[in-house]
Parts: sequence; C-alpha cells; structure tokens
Amino acid sequence: MTAVVHPPLSACPACAAVPAAQAVADVAQPEAQIALSLPTIHCAACISKVETGLNAHPGVISARVNLTLKRASIEAEPDVTAQEMADFVETLGYEAHELDPGTLSSTATDKMGRELLMRLAVAGFASMNVMLLSVAVWSGAEDATRDLFHWISAAIALPAIAFAGQPFFRNAWAALRHGRLNMDVPITLAILLAVCTSLWETTLSGDHAYFDAALTLTFFLLAGRYLDHRTRAVARSAAEELTALEVPRATRVRDGVEEQVALADLSVGDSILVRPGGRMPVDGEITQGMSELDRSLLTGETLPVQAAPGQLVSAGEVNLTGPLIIRANAVGKDTSLHQMADLVAIAESGRSRYTSLADKAAKLYAPGVHILSALAFVGWYLATFDLRTALNIAAAVLIITCPCALGLAVPAVTTAASGRLFRRGMLIKHETAIERLAQVDTVVFDKTGTLTTGTPVLINAEAIPEDKLAIAMALAQGSSHPLARAIVQAGQAAEAKPEQLHDITEVPGFGTQATLQGREIRLGRASWTGGQAGEHTTTFLRIGEDAPVAFEFTDQLRAGAAEAVAALKKAGHTVYLMSGDTTPAVQSLANRLGITHWLAEALPADKSTRIQAMTEKGAHVLMVGDGLNDTAALSAAHVSISPASALDAARVASDIVLLGGDLAPIAEACTTARSATRRIRENFRIATVYNVIAVPLAVAGLATPLIAALAMSFSSITVSLNALRLR
Amino acid sequence: MNILAYLIPISLCLGGAGLAFFVYTVRSNQYDDPEGDARRILSDDYDERPKS
Repeated sequence: MTAVVHPPLSACPACAAVPAAQAVADVAQPEAQIALSLPTIHCAACISKVETGLNAHPGVISARVNLTLKRASIEAEPDVTAQEMADFVETLGYEAHELDPGTLSSTATDKMGRELLMRLAVAGFASMNVMLLSVAVWSGAEDATRDLFHWISAAIALPAIAFAGQPFFRNAWAALRHGRLNMDVPITLAILLAVCTSLWETTLSGDHAYFDAALTLTFFLLAGRYLDHRTRAVARSAAEELTALEVPRATRVRDGVEEQVALADLSVGDSILVRPGGRMPVDGEITQGMSELDRSLLTGETLPVQAAPGQLVSAGEVNLTGPLIIRANAVGKDTSLHQMADLVAIAESGRSRYTSLADKAAKLYAPGVHILSALAFVGWYLATFDLRTALNIAAAVLIITCPCALGLAVPAVTTAASGRLFRRGMLIKHETAIERLAQVDTVVFDKTGTLTTGTPVLINAEAIPEDKLAIAMALAQGSSHPLARAIVQAGQAAEAKPEQLHDITEVPGFGTQATLQGREIRLGRASWTGGQAGEHTTTFLRIGEDAPVAFEFTDQLRAGAAEAVAALKKAGHTVYLMSGDTTPAVQSLANRLGITHWLAEALPADKSTRIQAMTEKGAHVLMVGDGLNDTAALSAAHVSISPASALDAARVASDIVLLGGDLAPIAEACTTARSATRRIRENFRIATVYNVIAVPLAVAGLATPLIAALAMSFSSITVSLNALRLR
Repeated sequence: MNILAYLIPISLCLGGAGLAFFVYTVRSNQYDDPEGDARRILSDDYDERPKS
C-alpha cells in the first residue's frame, strides 16, 4: 500500500500529525481482520455495548457490528487472536463464535446483487420518465409535440436499455451460441424489435412508439431477477456462515513443542494433538494416549468406542475423554471425509434431471412466441405488402406475449416462501428445493443426530439411591464424556449435592475413579467395574467391594421429532428410519415414534441404494440426515434436509438446512412448499389468461402501446399480489 | 406549449439527481445492514458514517 502524505495546510500541529501517523501505521503492518458471529444481539443497546466495549479494548483498531447478519467485524493489531476477541465479547454478556474470514469473503461484497440493483434503478427511473411522456401522447398530443415526446423518449430509452438490459442480452447470446432457446431469447428479441420499430416509426413521425413498453418490460423482468438473486444470496450467506463457524485448525506437535496451524499446512507423518472434545482433523493412527471416540457423525453409532495406540481414526470423529496424539496418514483431499465426496458426486448426477416449473414453461413458451410473431409478420406482409405495418404488428405481438408476468411468477413466490420458511428456521439452499419438496410422498429419517440429539439421558434416575447419585455426580463432574454429562444433568434435575471426593482421576477408555473415606470408587465400563451390561447403554458405579449400581441411558429425542413424524404420517407420507446404529437401538426408537419401516446397521452405500430403489418405484423421497454416512443418501434423494449441527459435508449435500434444534418445521415446510407450487401454477395460468385476451388483439393489429402497457402492468401486479397471498 | 422546453429538462434533471443519489447510497454500502441502521439512529452514540 502506498500512502501519500500531503503537506499540512492547517496551522494546528496535532491535526497534521494524525494523517502522518496513520500513514505510518498503514505501511507498518497489515491489521488482523476478525469476524465474530453474535447470534444473540437484537437491539440498539446491544450494538452500542459491543462496539464501545470492543473499541475500548487496547488491541482493537476499529469494530463494527452488523445487526442484519448478526456479525461483528473487527480490525485489530496483528497479534490479537480471534479467540481472545470472542472471549472478550462473552464477558460483555453476548454469545460469540469465531468465523473463518476466508469462507466469508464471497458474501462480504455481493457484486452481482449490487450490479442488478443498479440496473434495476436505471430501468425504473427511465421507464417512469418515458411512461409520463407516453401518457401525454396517449391523451392526445399531436404532430410536432408527439414527435418531440417520441424523440425524448428515444433519447432516454436507448442508453437505459443498453445498460439495464445487459443481463438478458448476455444470457440470450450464450443460449443462442449453443443452439438453444431460453426465456431470455424472446425477451431480448422483443426489447430489440420494439426499440428498432419505435425508432423507425419516430423518424417517420408515426403514431405508435413502444419505448415505454420496452423499458417497463426490462424493469419488471429485472425486478424478478433481483428477487431471485436476493433469495439466493441470503441463503448462501447463511450457509457460508455455518461453514465459517468451523475454523479449520489443528495442534501440531513438533519436537515436544505444540503449535496451532491451519489444516492446509498439515502433511502426512505430522504428529497432531487432539484434546478431549476436539474433532479429528485428519485420518491417522493413534501413537499416544487412551481415550474414547464418538463416531456418531460418521457411522451413526451412539455408543463411544475405545481408542488405544495403534488404532486408526478418521477425520470427523470426536475425541471424548483423554488427549490423543495421532500421526497423520492422509491429509486434506485424501481423507475419508473428502473421499465421501466422490460418492456424493455420483448420486448427484441423478438429481440434475429435475426440470423446474419455470424451465418447463420456457420450453413450451419460447418457440411458441417466435412462431406466433413470425406468422403475424408474414400474414400481414402478404396481405398488405407493407413492411412497416407488418413489422409494427410483429413487435406488438412480441411485446404483449413477452414473459413479464412469467419472469415474476416463480421468483415472487419462491421469495415469499423461502422468507416464510427462513423465519421458521429453515434455510432453502437450492433454487428448485421448494418445488421438489412439494412432490415428496416418502420421508426417510436418519437416527443419531437427526431424530435423536446424539446425547444420552439417564432413564433410571428414580431407581438410584440419592447418596449414590451424589457420588456419581461428583465423579462425573470433571469429565466431558457424554454419559458423564448425562449423569450430572440428571443429578442437577434431582437437586442432588455432589459428594466431596478425593483423588479424582479419569482413566481414559474406562471411566473415573476416586476415594471416599478410604474406599475406592469407580464409575465406568461394565468390564472395569464388574457390572453386567443390559439391553440399554449402561455405566456402573462401584463403591469399595459393594455390588455395582447400574445407570441406564437412552438417546434423547430431538425436540419436535415426535411431532414431525406424527404430522408427516397424518399428511399421508410413508416414514422410514434408516440408521447405522445397532438393531435394538433402532428398533426401540422406531417403536417409540410409531415408525413401522426401519433399517438398522445400514452402511452409507446401503442407504443410498435403498433410496434409489424407492425412486425407481416412483416415490419422491425426502431424506433427513446429518452424518457423513448420510451424505450419499442425501444426494440420492429427491430433496434433502440436514440440521445445522450436521457435518459440513452433509450440509453441502442437502438442499435445506434446519437452523434451529427443532424438527417440527419439516411437516409445515412440506405444506408451505405445496401451496407455493400451487401459487406458481396459478401465476402461470394468470399470465396465460392475459395473453389469451391480448394476443388476438395484437395479431389483428388493434394493440396500441396503451393496451400493451396496461396488459403488462396488470398481469405483473396480479402475479405479485397472488404470490403474497402465500400462507 | 413552449413551457415544455423548460419543464421537461427540469423534471429529467430532478429525476436524474434522485437516481444519482440512489447510486451513491448503493456504492457507499448503505444497504449492508438495514436492521442495524434502523436501530442505530435511536442510540446516542455519535456515528459518523457506515464503515465498510
């Protein structure tokens, strides 16, 4: 960066020193750009509290809160880390999460949206001015006045259309070059033909000029495009934020020294430290440490598995109890997590066959309009041998049939529907997801992490004596193991007071032990405590040599899971449960929720082949899943939903992301999607009715610019209002 | 009717000024945080301009 310091013009030395100091700072070092997600901010007081707090922090150069995105962007000294800033904001009383600035960069400047907005503004300005001039012509301006108005209209319309119509011209040219027709070809032809004939008419001081129609057309169509773009930009930015929340970083151990490095910098053979609660960054082999691994996101198993040196681990597994050092076998693109992407790519090729309603309409519509307009031209030319009349009528036909309402029909409805679903906590990622969701008749759920939260709950708390629960609580408090946390929660619910224990030590892979009044106490696996494992997930508490006390757990249902399944069944959908977990676990959940079709111990490939088989039988499958083992199934299904807690790979593969923890919106979303598709069809019908009335007038040569303007505006407005009726 | 010679350019200039202002607002990131700006105006903190 180069900074030019101008000679001071003022007499105040301090004023002069400021820009100079700034210039020095600019040259010295680039500042750290930090982005934080602040999901709980909601008011003016929150903004000023966070901003004044951050700006008062010594390491911060400037901070700005964006309430719409619920984000803070901070410019800080190079040595300030994002974690420090997040912790600092937490002390101010707001939840804060670090965001990966690299992932967010594309939403920071929405260039496409800004460009469209600019074109929309120019088209709106020009069309309003030309429309005012046209009103004067329609209400009876004659001779020189009319010609003057036409010339002024031309002067406004030509540059405006040349600027605002570019997106259509570009798309039409791209389609024509590949020998195809799309919606933009008739649009471009109509605009260009209207402008050319109007210009010709104007030079001959004729009665009719269609400058206003050409501009209004551009304006309405751009409005449709902009709505479409907004909807997608909102979805993309929210999806990117989810990804950015997972900052890819790992702790590398080199010659006994730990250092934080980016995932991209790891190489095969590196030793990596994974702390309890951390996720495996790479595929590798355990070299040091004992622990337990939570593999539920990869395989759907609820129960943690033991981990010991020599065992292989895959990226994405969560380390639970003890620190592990692993040696990387595969990094980056070679990890099993990334290889799953190949499976997804194969499954996805099936989905691209879906043609959206808009494309179907365009396929019917585009050739029809051209043929109609060409026939009108040829007919009138043969009847009158007057090129001017024939061309005028052909232009009138094109303008009146032009898909103004058709261009708004789909975006207006999808904007309204995705806005509604977003408020209920559903993020629509794919543009045709709503249409596909409307066709769904079969719903397939994954178990762990989708219908259940993947966190166990204690079920036999009443059967356990209070003093035993108090001891177990004290043992469990220090551990991050899911079963230990469940015991602490149950103890807190029962208002038990944790006992005072001595020498609490965690034995990674087995459990926790301590001493109480000289007796050894153990809480952990059956084999380590001498218990007998039952049908449920069980952990045991042994005091001295007494008989061990069993603590039984079950997987907790996700909020709204029962409601969602019940509502989907009531709506006539077939509900399936497919899981990689063990048969008893899956069976008991299926019974609890009243799901009759279930499949346990399913491999990732099993799930996707099952779904493909259903699709071949004509079913439209909605897949709801969160794990890596679901990604292929998510892509193979007609439409797919994943919760926000899912792995990045699963969220990428699915069309819709459930932002809250609640599953209940799924059933409502199906209803909303169905009514949205109904509105889209209605809109197409409305647009067709307008055409059926106006086209014969145009072909008969009775359409004046006034009629064209009325038909166009009325059909666009009815279509937009119809879209807003969506409930 | 000669008044048109003044009125039309005047109206076009006014409209054009409006368009130019709109373009300025888009360029200076004034639509990045509509919700935040709506609340910020209620707070007493002096807020010079939207920082990019």
